[in-house]
Amino acid sequence: MNLVRNILFRREAGILVMIVLFCIAVGLYKPQFLTGQSLRIILLLTPLIMIGAMAQMLVLVGRHVDLSIGSMLGFSAMVVGLMYREFPDLWWVIGFPIAIATGAVLGIFNGLLVTIFKLPSIIVTLGTLSLYRGLTFIISDARQINRSDIPSELKLMSRTSPVFDIPWIILIAFGIALMTYVIARHTQLGRQIYALGSNPEAAPLRGIDVTKVTLVVFALSGALSGLAGILYASRWGFVNPSNTGAGFEFQVIAAVVIGGVSINGGVGTVMGTVLGVLLLGCVAAALPLLGIPGSTQNAIYGSVILIALLIDRSVRQRGAASISRGGA
Amino acid sequence: MVDAPKLIEARGISKQFGGVEVLSDIDLDLHAGEIHALIGENGAGKSTFVKILAGVHTPTRGSIKMNGDAVNVTSPIAAQELGIALIHQEPVSFPDLSVAENIVMGRKGGGLLSRVPWATIIADARRYMDMLGVSIDVTRPMHGLSIANQQMVEIARALASDSRLIIMDEPTAPLTPREVDTLFAIARQLRDEGRTIIFISHRLEEVRMLCDRLTIFRDGSHIATQTVASIPEDEIIRLMIGRELKKYMRKHTASIGETALEVSGLTLPGAFEDISFTLRKGEIMGLGGLVGAGRTDVARALFGIEPAKSGKIKVGGRDAKIQRPPDAIDLGLAFVPEDRAGHGIFGTLPVEHNITAAIPGKIAPSGVISRALERGFSRKSVDDLSIRLASLNQPIVELSGGNQQKAILARWLLTEPEVLILDEPTRGIDIGVKAEFYDMIGDLAEAGRAILLISSELPELLSLCDRILVMAEGRITAEIPRDEANQEKVMQAAVPRSGIAA
Repeated sequence: MNLVRNILFRREAGILVMIVLFCIAVGLYKPQFLTGQSLRIILLLTPLIMIGAMAQMLVLVGRHVDLSIGSMLGFSAMVVGLMYREFPDLWWVIGFPIAIATGAVLGIFNGLLVTIFKLPSIIVTLGTLSLYRGLTFIISDARQINRSDIPSELKLMSRTSPVFDIPWIILIAFGIALMTYVIARHTQLGRQIYALGSNPEAAPLRGIDVTKVTLVVFALSGALSGLAGILYASRWGFVNPSNTGAGFEFQVIAAVVIGGVSINGGVGTVMGTVLGVLLLGCVAAALPLLGIPGSTQNAIYGSVILIALLIDRSVRQRGAASISRGGA
Repeated sequence: MVDAPKLIEARGISKQFGGVEVLSDIDLDLHAGEIHALIGENGAGKSTFVKILAGVHTPTRGSIKMNGDAVNVTSPIAAQELGIALIHQEPVSFPDLSVAENIVMGRKGGGLLSRVPWATIIADARRYMDMLGVSIDVTRPMHGLSIANQQMVEIARALASDSRLIIMDEPTAPLTPREVDTLFAIARQLRDEGRTIIFISHRLEEVRMLCDRLTIFRDGSHIATQTVASIPEDEIIRLMIGRELKKYMRKHTASIGETALEVSGLTLPGAFEDISFTLRKGEIMGLGGLVGAGRTDVARALFGIEPAKSGKIKVGGRDAKIQRPPDAIDLGLAFVPEDRAGHGIFGTLPVEHNITAAIPGKIAPSGVISRALERGFSRKSVDDLSIRLASLNQPIVELSGGNQQKAILARWLLTEPEVLILDEPTRGIDIGVKAEFYDMIGDLAEAGRAILLISSELPELLSLCDRILVMAEGRITAEIPRDEANQEKVMQAAVPRSGIAA
């Protein structure tokens, strides 16, 4: 009984049901939505969001928020793009550690502002969202990194595949999800992030080094944004100082929240977050297929997020009510 | 006992909070292998002292030696490394984490990326919960557990920490007698293993049953340390209260009129039971007892914040149904809460908005707030109660505690209440403003209002009230008329003796 209840009321099950219902509904109207080809499209829409969502999940679980991820993505992508343009002879793989390290430095700067000056992370990262974007313009002289400057090996990662015809970029995203699962579930760090978010006052009383954990969380958020930055260059073949990463934080936070991560901290799973990302991917893939004009897509996208949250909330409340009636 | 090895030697421990000295020059030795009771009135400094030992607070002055070596307990982490565990009065837990994780969280060892040994954690947690005789699934989340079970998890955590000094700050308050027995058995076992336990409790018979020695604190000072067997109970109570009755309050002389509020059989399971009393116009009735006796819960029920499950309330002779605060306000009740910052003020709003917050109808007769009326009401209140402020537009948090409290009292006086409930109205305000408050309370009674005064300060109750009800463990244990009231009587009735949790 307990097991059944656990499965039924798991947040993840609810999102999975929403994904299935959504796909069936779209499929009835446009049968080609239910083919392998469109699955590929959906998956290709998601890797960057997936990577961002993993980091954001840890940040939200720790009762913080990181709004600067899009700008960190853009800045890291620009640093790597400039490197490729100015030093075309360098081995292209060097771009990965450079992008990740660049993002980590930006993330640590966020973390220092939050921990040393005790500023709310929403304000700090709102500031650095603008700051890092501005820096991206400065270092790039407001010029785009063009397709010809990006190494073709890097661009191929978004198309070629080592196994099962699944492109590298998707494998990397799922690899990051797996890594995040291990961190969240099986390391001291992960459990301390949950503890910190669940009760920030209790955390120091229980011997948790709040400063260290918070710094690590923001550093991770930056590092993964940096990784998403170089993968952006791979996926789209250019880096633009104004577009690259713009609005990324909106998509990522939407996916994470749909995935059941509480903005009040302490609650959230990798599985839920992955499903949240996939649901957003389905919606993004379905809109053009349904012939919805680009001008209305944003409004529909936003509405879907709100509807998903409302459905989820009512399901969860009923679930909670039935559990407490069971007399736990 | 004299020759027992000393685990802790605390010398000259003092602590100030914002200029107020809450602990002064505490010297205390704790032996290895003893259960040491720490007792005293609310606010005597017991919790502050043990929080210093546990690294939650750092002392302003003083030193601590452990096994003869000077130690610096600068943080909870440092305390943990020294083998000092504190079971907090209010369970400190992570509601979203599992019970097992709550038991082990923060245990030392392992870097951030080291693996969480789930199997061991769960097995350990089960073992400790079995030892405590609690059968709950250790993989379930902490939230939703009863307070008693949360307390048991806290105790399990202290056991799991394998500490040399275990501090229990009122651990038995939420527990059933059987759980208390189990806890005591474990405490004795720990003592016999050579560990030291500090036990804070208001229940003297528990102290007598469990503890080897006791230390009495009063007003932040160390008063006495003795073996439990050598000190009689009335001596303990005398040492606990021991101060002279302060004479700064005038006797009030209102004539007591007809019944304003009548309560019979009021019960809210888990908070209070079978509360009955009548309160007359012009009367000041005190409600005494220790913190946690259920006094505030009764006040909150009367005001409809958390209504009682059963029982009757009559206001002005008529049956009253109070389900929400607006019901209470309509019936002419007013409630000045204990937790000023949390439940009283709207901190960032101007003083005048705070003052007029309970009379929206009066300042906006047409539906739109009249600035003139608002200003007029608040100006008059400020003058009447001599609230000291720079401007009516000042955010209320900028006022001193006493003036904030006056503004809240002003808010409720504007509703022209028949019954005024004051919950610890003078807590945290300085002595001069206190005296003004006592005058005001007397004036209000003379004007025919019925006043229910909840207070933990005995002198306040004794000199202001016409009658004092005393509560312990959710029940009224005594009703003492003014001429028979004294500190001993109130204290005797306030100290729980049943061992049966409310």
